[in-house]
Amino acid sequence: MESGGGARRGRMVIDPKVRQVGFVTPGEQDGPAGVSSSSAQVNAPDSPAPVMIPPAPRVAVPAAADHSPPKPAAPVPIPPRSPPLPPRNFDAEDEMPLGSYNPGGEGVLAGSPNSSYGKASSEKAEIGDLSPTMVAELNSSMMEMSLERSKYELPVPEKENESTADVISERVEVPAINNNEGPENDARQRKLKDRTSKAERRALQESQRAAKEAARASAAVAKAKPPPQKKDGSNEKKGVDKKPVDKSGEKDKKKEVVVPEKDKRKDAPAPRLQFDDEQKVAKARRRAIVEQTTETKHRVELFRHLPQFVPPTQLQALEEKYLQNDTMHIHPAVYQVGLKYLTWDIVGGNARCVAMLEAFKEMIRDYTTPPQKVMSRDLTAKINSHVSFLSTCRPLSISMGNAIRSFKLKIGKLRDTLTEAEAKSSLVSHLETFAQEKIILADKEIVKHAVTKIIDGDVVLTHGFSCVVEMVLSHAHSIGKKFRVVVVDSRPRLEGRILLRSLLAQGLKCTYTHINAVTYIMQEVTKVFLGAASILANGTVYSRVGTAAAAMVAHGYRVPVMICCETYKFHERVQLDSICSNELGDPDALVGVAGRKEFRELVGWDESEHLRLLNLTYDATPADYVSMIITEHGMVPPTSVPVILREYRKEPIL
Amino acid sequence: MVAAAMPDLQAAVDDFVIKLKRRQVEGSLATAKSTVLLLRQVVSHQRIPSSGPASSLIDAVKSVGSRLIAANSMELAVGNMVRRVLHIIREEEATIVAAQVGVTPVSDSDDDADVDGVPGLSAVALAAANRTALRAPSLHNLLESLPTSAGANVEPVPESDTKSRSSDKNSKSWKLKHGVIDAIGLLLGEIENYHSEISEQALEHIHQNEVILTLGRSRSLLHFFREAKKKRSFQVFVAEGAPRYQGHKFAKELAAMELQTTVITDSAVFALISRVNMVIVGAHAVMANGGIVAPVGMHMVALAARRHAVPFVVLTGLHKLCPLYPHNPSVVLNELKSPSQVLDFGEMSDCLDGTDGSPVHVVNPMFDYVPPELISLFITDSGGHNPSYVYRLVAEIYSPEDH
Repeated sequence: MESGGGARRGRMVIDPKVRQVGFVTPGEQDGPAGVSSSSAQVNAPDSPAPVMIPPAPRVAVPAAADHSPPKPAAPVPIPPRSPPLPPRNFDAEDEMPLGSYNPGGEGVLAGSPNSSYGKASSEKAEIGDLSPTMVAELNSSMMEMSLERSKYELPVPEKENESTADVISERVEVPAINNNEGPENDARQRKLKDRTSKAERRALQESQRAAKEAARASAAVAKAKPPPQKKDGSNEKKGVDKKPVDKSGEKDKKKEVVVPEKDKRKDAPAPRLQFDDEQKVAKARRRAIVEQTTETKHRVELFRHLPQFVPPTQLQALEEKYLQNDTMHIHPAVYQVGLKYLTWDIVGGNARCVAMLEAFKEMIRDYTTPPQKVMSRDLTAKINSHVSFLSTCRPLSISMGNAIRSFKLKIGKLRDTLTEAEAKSSLVSHLETFAQEKIILADKEIVKHAVTKIIDGDVVLTHGFSCVVEMVLSHAHSIGKKFRVVVVDSRPRLEGRILLRSLLAQGLKCTYTHINAVTYIMQEVTKVFLGAASILANGTVYSRVGTAAAAMVAHGYRVPVMICCETYKFHERVQLDSICSNELGDPDALVGVAGRKEFRELVGWDESEHLRLLNLTYDATPADYVSMIITEHGMVPPTSVPVILREYRKEPIL
Repeated sequence: MVAAAMPDLQAAVDDFVIKLKRRQVEGSLATAKSTVLLLRQVVSHQRIPSSGPASSLIDAVKSVGSRLIAANSMELAVGNMVRRVLHIIREEEATIVAAQVGVTPVSDSDDDADVDGVPGLSAVALAAANRTALRAPSLHNLLESLPTSAGANVEPVPESDTKSRSSDKNSKSWKLKHGVIDAIGLLLGEIENYHSEISEQALEHIHQNEVILTLGRSRSLLHFFREAKKKRSFQVFVAEGAPRYQGHKFAKELAAMELQTTVITDSAVFALISRVNMVIVGAHAVMANGGIVAPVGMHMVALAARRHAVPFVVLTGLHKLCPLYPHNPSVVLNELKSPSQVLDFGEMSDCLDGTDGSPVHVVNPMFDYVPPELISLFITDSGGHNPSYVYRLVAEIYSPEDH
């Protein structure tokens, strides 16, 4: 506690700036605000402390000066140094959670499909290249980067972290400047020296503080000590090495610091790629093994930030690319699944996820580590490229994203001591468990819960085809409940017919209608059961388009709306409308009307300059339309989604 | 001659009734126009007795009208037109009665002049009218002349321009008939031209870069957009409007006039409404309380618009204004269409065992009732109105006896 206080005290120096920085991202303030204010209170008595701190950098200056001589010499070792860096990170990740596993880390190695991850990693890489001279700086800047990133994440507030995080963003520039100056020639260096040293000092101060967090526990540690530690390159080592007089308590302390940071990182709802950001799209495209589809001519302006629909006619092009490209072998099982996504033969969050997991299982079984490569790293790269392939076929669903995330985490945590066979079997079993526990068993639990909500005489309305809802209805029917089902369907997919067919085959009494008639039919409905593609942290239900309309009308008629969703589909992201994030379907699907030949007006729509067809796949249902979310952990209100995210996500990952 | 014409008339009425029953004539504009034309025929063929000429006309129109209304109760415009014609006859008669006692109550002057200028005279006229025809010429006269006449005789202010046409011929019945036919001609013109009157107001409501959402197709909306397009550029989202999918045709028409148009599925209305500035739709009928009967799906759109506080504007001609108050509107004011529009016949036959009748029930309603609280504005050929003002419009254009 003392040490924490001390560390914070150090930070308090720049507290006013913290406020300014914080102002930029008001959204993030909520969570931390409470904590930081409390920490501020704790610090209040210590307020003189900030005054004490400035000397610290002074003390550090000589240390920095010691470092500066190697700096000019540094440009030479650039190439050798940058490679060693990532490994260190990985070590850190393996042994200590400090450098928490971030898929982005591995992105450096392989063209990451996910631009956001890729971006993060590229930043890291750049830093590695630019500032090889001062490891200390690098450290600090790395730390800053990571911390800065962590700022975007859900606050799992830990005082020290977030105060650093706050401080950091305004600091980031300083090391950057320094880095640029580093490689510059000696002539200028004299002149620059003052500046550099200032920057250095700051960097030192920074790392000192970080060090102090830990060091404070053993109050005996001298201030002068931190600088040498900084040399050690990795944050994690810093923590460990710092204390020659190692204390178990201290270790715990360190862990305390570390774990939440990790949590923060892993929860990162990484900013999505905005497809109207040309630079980033170009960047992503360069990185992607497969060239993303070229821009469609007839895109809807409102949705230019989304990946445009890929017509399956490009299938051949895809095939050529993959088969000819030797560098990236897509495993046939994954390839097959990808094509099925592309042709929409496998649809639905669960089905797609299960298919992907199965394919990955095949892939792992066939995997052998190439010579001179580390399995975990090579495998992650491989997974990344496969995921990139899958997302080319069709944008990943959130369920798949979550499954991939957990799988990569598992790979990252593989112990080096395992033999390849062991590692593979553990990965395969992970995939199996995921499918079993998170999907199949979860569905069973959901059915158990949901069935209790159906009573004799009910009229249950559902929209589209959700496999969980189907299970619920058929189970309720099989245990002898007397109820009627209203299936509401919507164009263009008309997947409600699949549900209707299956329910009719079981002998359930059904009413079938289209989404426009939902207000008409709602008067006789007593309950609404809907499925979801995902439930977001603010309670928004992200589901097939039309769900929101059905829920809205049900809400208007005071009919309870129940959403059946497995918790593995929950996501930390928040969303207010259906426009920021969505998936564009095939616009040509709107042209014809199934079973009715007379509607030919839209044929040849793409010849018209002014006509666009928009086929949205998802929409976002506001939380206030939802009465209850039925998960495998029980029935919860939408406000409890973040709680579930926090409480139930932890254990499998830790 | 009249006698010879009668079978023709009868045939015409039968024909129209059958067309209505078979839904061969649909849509408020088409039915309204045919109804008015038919009623004009009825009026012109009606032999008018010298005593109580108006009542015989009214009876004739009523008998035809009730058949037409019964033929398709959902074409509310038919009923509206019958009532309009009845109202015209009553007005015409009142004018003539007033003229007989030497007063021209509201002939060419407007209502205010009438009230201010000739109160005494109109009281005299009223007394005379009450003695002869037992009709009150106007609401104003009635109010000023103390309640000597029965409340049932209340009649709204006559429209000013309908009666100046009566020629100087002296035959009372001829004059009545002539006046009525003239007035019906005016009504017909009004129905035919209501688009242009509505679209004249387009520029007041549509601004640059507006994003407008609509569902299905509406003729007045097309004119409205065309007018607005002359001065402003804006874009339109068109929901298809299952099961008739008129949105497709509408979108094509809009795109043809170089309006940026996007077709969306009905289910995506909620997703997009947050980016929409205004919802403009046409209606099938407007009820006296300010609610509308509109193509199915409109209620959903209106609810979504309300959720995001997007104005929900309804374009409507006065011929769609119905003097009825909706009771249980989604059932009474609705019509279930063929299930085959939703689900092909036989599509589910493979999974029906046929033991207990038909377990699948396909619902395909044609209309939605949108309550007045979800509607922001009516734009009619007589200007913009609040839903709460609709009852007043009803009182102006219909006689209370005919409701």
